[in-house]
Amino acid sequence: MPTRGFALPSPAALLSGIAFLAAVAGGAPAGQAATLEEALQGLAAESYKERAVGVEVLAATGHPRAIPVLEAMAKGQLFVRKADGSIVIGDKTGKVYALTDAADGTAVGDAKKKELKKVKVNNRLRGVIRAALGGLTLLSSDPRQRAQAAAAVFAARDAGALETVEQAIAREEDAGLLDQLTLAKAAIESNPEFPPDVRLAAVARLADSALPEVRSLLASLSQEGEADAEVRAAAATALEAVERDLAFWNLLGAIFQGLSLGSVLLLAAVGLAITFGVMGVINMAHGELVMLGAYTTFVVQDIFRDLAPGGLDYSLAVAVPAAFLVAGAAGVAIERGVIRWLYGRPFETLLATWGLSLILQQLVRTVFGPTNREVSSPSWLSGAFETATGLVLPYNRVAIIVFSLLVVGAIALVLRRTALGLYMRAVTQNRSMASSMGIRTGWVDAATFGLGAGIAGVAGVALSQIDNVSPNLGQAYIVDSFMVVVFGGVGNLWGTLVGAMSLGVINKFLEPFAGAVLAKILVLVAIILFIQKRPRGLFALKGRAVES
Amino acid sequence: MPVRSVLVDLLAGNRGGQILLAVLLAAAVAVPVSNLLLPADSALHVPTYVVSLMGKYLTFALLALSVDLIWGYAGVLSLGHGAFFALGGYAMGMYMMRQIGERGVYGHPVLPDFMVFLDWQELPWYWHGFDWFPFALVMALLVPGALALVFGWFAFRSRVTGVYLSIITQAMTFALMLAFFRNDMGFGGNNGLTDFKDLLGFSLQADSTRVALFCASAVAVAAAYLLCRFVVRSRAGRVLVAVRDAEARVRFLGYRVEHYKLFVFVLSAMLAGLAGALYVPQVGIINPSEFAPAASIEIVVWVAVGGRGSLYGAVLGAILVNYAKTVFTGVLPDMWLFVLGGLFIAVTLFLPKGIVGTVPVFNRAGARRWPRRRRSPEPAP
Repeated sequence: MPTRGFALPSPAALLSGIAFLAAVAGGAPAGQAATLEEALQGLAAESYKERAVGVEVLAATGHPRAIPVLEAMAKGQLFVRKADGSIVIGDKTGKVYALTDAADGTAVGDAKKKELKKVKVNNRLRGVIRAALGGLTLLSSDPRQRAQAAAAVFAARDAGALETVEQAIAREEDAGLLDQLTLAKAAIESNPEFPPDVRLAAVARLADSALPEVRSLLASLSQEGEADAEVRAAAATALEAVERDLAFWNLLGAIFQGLSLGSVLLLAAVGLAITFGVMGVINMAHGELVMLGAYTTFVVQDIFRDLAPGGLDYSLAVAVPAAFLVAGAAGVAIERGVIRWLYGRPFETLLATWGLSLILQQLVRTVFGPTNREVSSPSWLSGAFETATGLVLPYNRVAIIVFSLLVVGAIALVLRRTALGLYMRAVTQNRSMASSMGIRTGWVDAATFGLGAGIAGVAGVALSQIDNVSPNLGQAYIVDSFMVVVFGGVGNLWGTLVGAMSLGVINKFLEPFAGAVLAKILVLVAIILFIQKRPRGLFALKGRAVES
Repeated sequence: MPVRSVLVDLLAGNRGGQILLAVLLAAAVAVPVSNLLLPADSALHVPTYVVSLMGKYLTFALLALSVDLIWGYAGVLSLGHGAFFALGGYAMGMYMMRQIGERGVYGHPVLPDFMVFLDWQELPWYWHGFDWFPFALVMALLVPGALALVFGWFAFRSRVTGVYLSIITQAMTFALMLAFFRNDMGFGGNNGLTDFKDLLGFSLQADSTRVALFCASAVAVAAAYLLCRFVVRSRAGRVLVAVRDAEARVRFLGYRVEHYKLFVFVLSAMLAGLAGALYVPQVGIINPSEFAPAASIEIVVWVAVGGRGSLYGAVLGAILVNYAKTVFTGVLPDMWLFVLGGLFIAVTLFLPKGIVGTVPVFNRAGARRWPRRRRSPEPAP
């Protein structure tokens, strides 16, 4: 609601604003504050020009009703009731208009179209209204409204708002908003009606920013249409600086998006790095284990919703271990039931696990239905971290990047620092020797596969936050995750990390030129060619392990 | 006659092959008689939709044959054969698209409907020539063959083997699927090519055309079987089997392993393309879902079920699995994926040699099967 939190400007400020606006408007008698009713009647004046004056007079009253009235006017919802000449806001419901009194906002019944006369607006008038609205909310006590108003003033660049902007600058305490306000002031002062030295200073101020809007403003100032050669030259130089800045921030944005995509790939692939990379099992059901993790998240949230609705925001903390256990248990069952009979027969493993993936998909489809399931994001993950330069970093993306790195770190720890990790490496390097040393190789196989599967489940929790939870979730990632593991180098966790991140970044860098689908195709082709060159991936294992 | 002696040589002591050819021949004679000459209420009458269904199975059998040639004899597991099949199908689809002419929804004399819809002004260069049937047929063989040549040349030369090769063939078909989904590719995007009217001037709706397509498929399977059998019994075929069983040793003996693999890969891709070209007129549509990795893996399952390394096993597997699919998706649509998935697992665990390797009737057949493998002490990396 635009009126909520609206604070009246101080009387002195109001008076000076009125004086200024009235002077600009020309026609209205200076120094005389109009009452709301008078100002409203001014809106319904005969010509567009007079209505523009009316808008500014109304804005100058600073009345809380000015905002809804002006907004209605911009939308073409302001009417004059023919019966008594009063100004009303009409909201069309069905065939009649539900009317509200413009002056006090009370409902005043319905009216048919022919009983009303619309207050017409044209584009110029809309611009005036926007600028007036911007000026009105610039002094609001709500920082968000002030930010919006600053943006509106910047876009309108109406000299009439300058006074208000300066007041707002004087009162502003928030550094980010102050930056926006001075930028808006500079945008206004770059207008041709200001003296050249003010304009040059304004252009210099604009050059400090790296917003796309600033770029287009500077671009128009550096065009032929600009009369003042000095300003034109200054704008051109400033434009270059801004474009350099913009390119830099765009680059950062692309890198962030690339890392974000890379972390998703990493999560999807890291379980595979264990089952495929360490054990050499081609697990085509890997994607379905990810899907199981995502569905576990859904079930956990459902339980929370029923039993402890207040704790819903923290259900992810339960979902992560639950998904690890569910997918891990499925993994152990798969290993003991199917895969252990197929060691050393990679083609057969591939086919059998593909069969498993079909069964798991259909199982989930039968139990949960074929449609997408809604998994809500906790409130602390919604929203985004925004910089003044237009770079947006959504919290959930940042969280996934961090989470994926944590998962990789945890796996590295397990593999290097725990007894289980030692056994795993021993069994994969020399099974018979490990067996002679008293390691129960069958048990270690199951545990290793269970670990990889559990990690896949944990990945599913993360993916449920950004992707649709449907029975096809796993299918979407299986080709990608194999590509990551093969590209990074089999049997190498570090390779998987680097492979996933670089594939993500390359993909996002190609997207602006090629489009999302073509970028993906290009990356796939590049990987196919890369494997020709280095059949064992980026970080190939050296030595005798390569043979066999 | 030399041809006759070659035939005798190919079929001697090969009971599975004899049965296959006899059945195909019988079907190619009996089905037209039954469908076209017997009255519709006769007990022996085969309805036209069944003829088309069987024709479809036969094109799948041809596809399975091509996979068996490369997997069963060269040990190269391609998870991208669906791509060659689909490319052949698109070539034939393009021909039939051009045959529609002015009968399309928009009535444009040259452009297919989807191009008019996308507001294209002229035919893309790669669509030229497809209004001429021989050209389209040659392309249905050459395009998959050329793709296999380029892909295989890169892959085999740099010795990408085993599951790595499988995974990059899968990436190949996945990339092609994404590409064909794009509207700007000029192949109808998501919807693919459909609404075909006729082939060589014969209406696709006519019973006689459908029967003719069935017979053509049967003949194609028989001819492809003999060709594959000829290849695997030749000197090159023996080298291939050696490559399958001990690639390094063959290379050390001085053979250019990659040349043999490349030859058989290209041949296999062309057979798959032919299968696609026969498939599309019988089902009336070709769209990018044929490129899906899952479709390619399914082909491998047909071969595994039938028994790889025997050629006729692949034909048997393709027909059996697809018949089961028709039955299950009709009766219990929800159960089909369970059955298919269970089949994958059961075959790999309990029937490693497939049906023909297990059922005694075929056991005297002269096929060279996969060597018996002990459980390896170490898993492959």
